[in-house]
Amino acid sequence: MKWRDPLALIAILLLLWQAMYWVVGDVALTSPVSTFRSLAVMLADPRFWPHVNETLLAFAQGFAIAVVIGLGIGFLLGAHSMTGEVGEPILVALYSIPKVTLYPIILLIVGIGMPAKVAFGAIQGIVPIALFAMNSIRNLNPVFARTGRVLRLSPLASAQRILLPAALPEIVAGIRVGFSLTLVGTLLGEMFGSQRGLGYLLIQAMNLHNMRTIMSVTLLLVIFAASVNAVLLAIDRRLRARA
Amino acid sequence: MKAEAGTRSVHASLRDVTRIYPPRAGRPELHALGPLSLDLYRGEFFAVVGPSGCGKSTLLEVMAGLVAPSAGAASFEGRPIAGRVPDGIGVVFQEDASFPWLSVFDNIAFGLREAGKSADDVRASVDYALEFMGLKEFATAYPAQLSGGMRQRVCIARTLVLKPRLILLDEPFGALDQQTRLLMGDELLRLWRETGATVLLITHAIDEAAMLADRVGVMSARPGNFLEIVDTGWPSGRDSTIVTEARFGLLTGQIWKKLRSESLRSLGHAAPAS
Amino acid sequence: MKRAGIIRMVVILVAVGALEFLCRTGVISSFVMPAPSTIIYSTVQILASGRFAADIWVTLRNVCISIVAAMVSGVIVGTILHRLPTARRILDPLFATYYAIPVYAFYPLLMVIFGLGDLPQIAVGFLLALMAVIINTLNGLDRVPRVLVKVARMHRLSGWAMDRKVRLPFAAPYVFTGFKLCVAYSFVGVIGAEFITSSRGIGYEISYAYNNFDRERRLLARRRT
Ligand SMILES: Nc1ncnc2c1ncn2[C@@H]1O[C@H](COP(=O)(O)OP(=O)(O)O)[C@@H](O)[C@H]1O
Ligand SMILES: [Mg+2]
Repeated sequence: MKWRDPLALIAILLLLWQAMYWVVGDVALTSPVSTFRSLAVMLADPRFWPHVNETLLAFAQGFAIAVVIGLGIGFLLGAHSMTGEVGEPILVALYSIPKVTLYPIILLIVGIGMPAKVAFGAIQGIVPIALFAMNSIRNLNPVFARTGRVLRLSPLASAQRILLPAALPEIVAGIRVGFSLTLVGTLLGEMFGSQRGLGYLLIQAMNLHNMRTIMSVTLLLVIFAASVNAVLLAIDRRLRARA
Repeated sequence: MKAEAGTRSVHASLRDVTRIYPPRAGRPELHALGPLSLDLYRGEFFAVVGPSGCGKSTLLEVMAGLVAPSAGAASFEGRPIAGRVPDGIGVVFQEDASFPWLSVFDNIAFGLREAGKSADDVRASVDYALEFMGLKEFATAYPAQLSGGMRQRVCIARTLVLKPRLILLDEPFGALDQQTRLLMGDELLRLWRETGATVLLITHAIDEAAMLADRVGVMSARPGNFLEIVDTGWPSGRDSTIVTEARFGLLTGQIWKKLRSESLRSLGHAAPAS
Repeated sequence: MKRAGIIRMVVILVAVGALEFLCRTGVISSFVMPAPSTIIYSTVQILASGRFAADIWVTLRNVCISIVAAMVSGVIVGTILHRLPTARRILDPLFATYYAIPVYAFYPLLMVIFGLGDLPQIAVGFLLALMAVIINTLNGLDRVPRVLVKVARMHRLSGWAMDRKVRLPFAAPYVFTGFKLCVAYSFVGVIGAEFITSSRGIGYEISYAYNNFDRERRLLARRRT
C-alpha cells in the first residue's frame, strides 16, 4: 500500500505531462519519453558533469551556511525572548522580500561566480531555518527545562539530553523547507551571474529557446529535489511519530 | 415513583443496541457497547454512570443519531433514528464545543439562525438564555475570554434555545471543580423543571448521578451494559442540599458497590471475589 | 511588546546608520551600493517624477491579480482535497517537493499557454502562492476538533454547509497564515518573472538598470587599466 501511492503520483504526473504535450506541442514542451532520452544523452556527455558538480558544490556550501547561521539565529531568538520579539518581525519581513531583486547588490558585494551562487542559496535558506528553529525552542514545554534542573543536569547537558531531542522534529521540518529554498536560490544565482552550473544551462537554453535542454535539466532537478525531500520527509515523519 | 413511571409514556428508546467500532489503523475491531435496551420516559431525568471507557459516550451518540448502532435500533418519539440527529434532540458535549470565532451571543444564536428564525425571535430567545445562564454581561465576549465553566454554559445555552424535548448531556461538568459542579447541578435541575424536557445525563461522578436523577443506570465495564437501574425516589423540587440527607449516602453507597468491581475490571485488574 | 517595538526600531536605525557611515566613508564603494540616504532620496525622486509610474502600476496590478486568484482557488482546492483523503495522500509528496522546483524553468511553457502579455508573470506568482494557501487551508481544516463537527451535525449541517459554517471559520487563522505567505510569494513570483524575462514592470526595470550599471562599470574598469 505504502509504495503504491508514490507510483500512482508519478504515473499521474507523467500522464498529465504527456497530455499537455499533445495539447501544446513541441514549441513549449518535449514529451516524457524524449525528455528521458535526452537526459540520458546529457548524462552520458562528459561535458555535462562539470555543470552538475558546480551546482552541487555551490548548493552544498550554501546549504551548510544556511543551516549553521539559520540554527544559530533561531536558537538565539528562541532562547532569549526579548531578542526573539525584536528579531522575529525583521526575519518575517526579510522572508517576504523578493530576493531576486537583491541579486545585483549581492553580485556587487561578493563578486561573480561561485561566491554569488553560494550567497544567494544561503540567504534564501537562512530565514525559514531560523524561523522554525526559533519556534521549536519557544514551543518547548517549560516543564522540560524544570525536569532538567530537578535531575541536576548542567545547562549544557539539559540542552543536549532533553531540549534538543524535544525540539528536533520542528528543527528538521525547518531544514526541509530550507533545503528547497536553498536549492532554488542556488539555481537562480547561477541563472544570472555565472558561466557554469545547471542554472546557467537553464537560462542559456531559455534564451536560445532550447526546449530539449530546459526540460532535461528541469527533470533532473525535480528528481534530485524529490529524492532528497523524500528522505527528509521520512526522517520528519519518524521524529513526529516518536514525539 | 415506580408506579408513576409505569404509567408514563416512552419518549426515546434503545432496542438491543450494539456498537462495534470497525478495525482501523492496525487496531482490531472494538466492541464498545451492548447489546442493551433502555426506555427513557417523557419528562424524566435519567443519569448513566460507569467506569471510563465503558461506552457511555457511545450510548449517547447512538441515542443522538450521531453514530449508527452496529445492531439494534434507536427511536425517538416513536420514529426510528436513522443517519441524522432528529429535530427535538439537543446534545451538550464533554469537550469545550464553543465556536471560538463567534461571540457569546452569536454562539447561542447559531442554531436559531440555522433554523431560519427572524432576527427579532433570535434576539428575544438569546437574551432570555443569556439571562437564565447568567451570561448577560458576556454577550459580546469571545469564548477565549471566558473560563471553562462559562464556556460550558454557552454550549448549554446554545443547545437549550432550540427548545429540545430530549436533552443529552455527556459529562458536561467534567472539567469543573467540585463546588461549581454542585451549583451547575442546581441550575440543571431548575432548567429541567422549567422546560419539562427529558434529560439523559452521562457522568462518571456517582454523587452527581445520585443527586440529580430520577433513575440512575449503572453500567458495566466495556462492552457497556446496564448492571442495574436504581430509582432514587427524590421529589422533583430537589436541589443540591439533598447531599446532606442520609438517603443520599445510602444511594451512592449502593451504586459504588455495583461499580467497584467494574471499575477495577476497566483498569485491567481481575474482579475481586466479593 | 511595546519595548520590543522600540528596541526593534533602534536596531534597524543603527543598522541603517552604520551602512550610511560605511558608504559615506568609502569603505563600501559607491559601485557596490549607494548610501541609504541616497537610496531614499532617489526613491522619492523617482516616485515624484512618475518615470516608473506605469511599471509600478503594472507590477502592482499583476501582483494583486495573482494574490486574489491564489487565495480563492487555494481555499477551494484545499477544502475539496480535505474531503478526498486518498487523493490527498497521493499528492502529499508533490506538496512537500513543490517549493524545491524552480518554477522559472516552466516560464517558456507558461508563455506558450498564456501568450506574451502579463499572464505568464501572473501565472508564476500564482503558482508560487497557490500552494501556500492550499497547505495552510489543509492544516487548518485538519485541526478542527471532532466535537465541533459533532455540534454541526447536531444542527443538521453536512457537506458544504458544514465546511462553510464550521470548518472554514475554525480554520480561518491558519488560512490567514497562508494568505500572508500568498502575498509574499505573489510579489516574489511576479517580480522575479519580470526580472528574468519581461519587458515591463518593476522587476524588469531593476534588471535593466543593473545591466546598464554593469556595462558602465566594466567600461570604467577597462579605462582604468
Ligand atoms: N471512533 C472510535 N473508534 C474506535 N474506538 C472508539 C471510538 N470512540 C470510542 N472508542 C472506544 O470505545 C470505547 C468506549 O468509548 P466511549 O463511549 O467514549 O467511553 P466512555 O464515554 O464511557 O469513556 C473506548 O474503549 C474507546 O476507546
Ligand atoms: Mg466519554
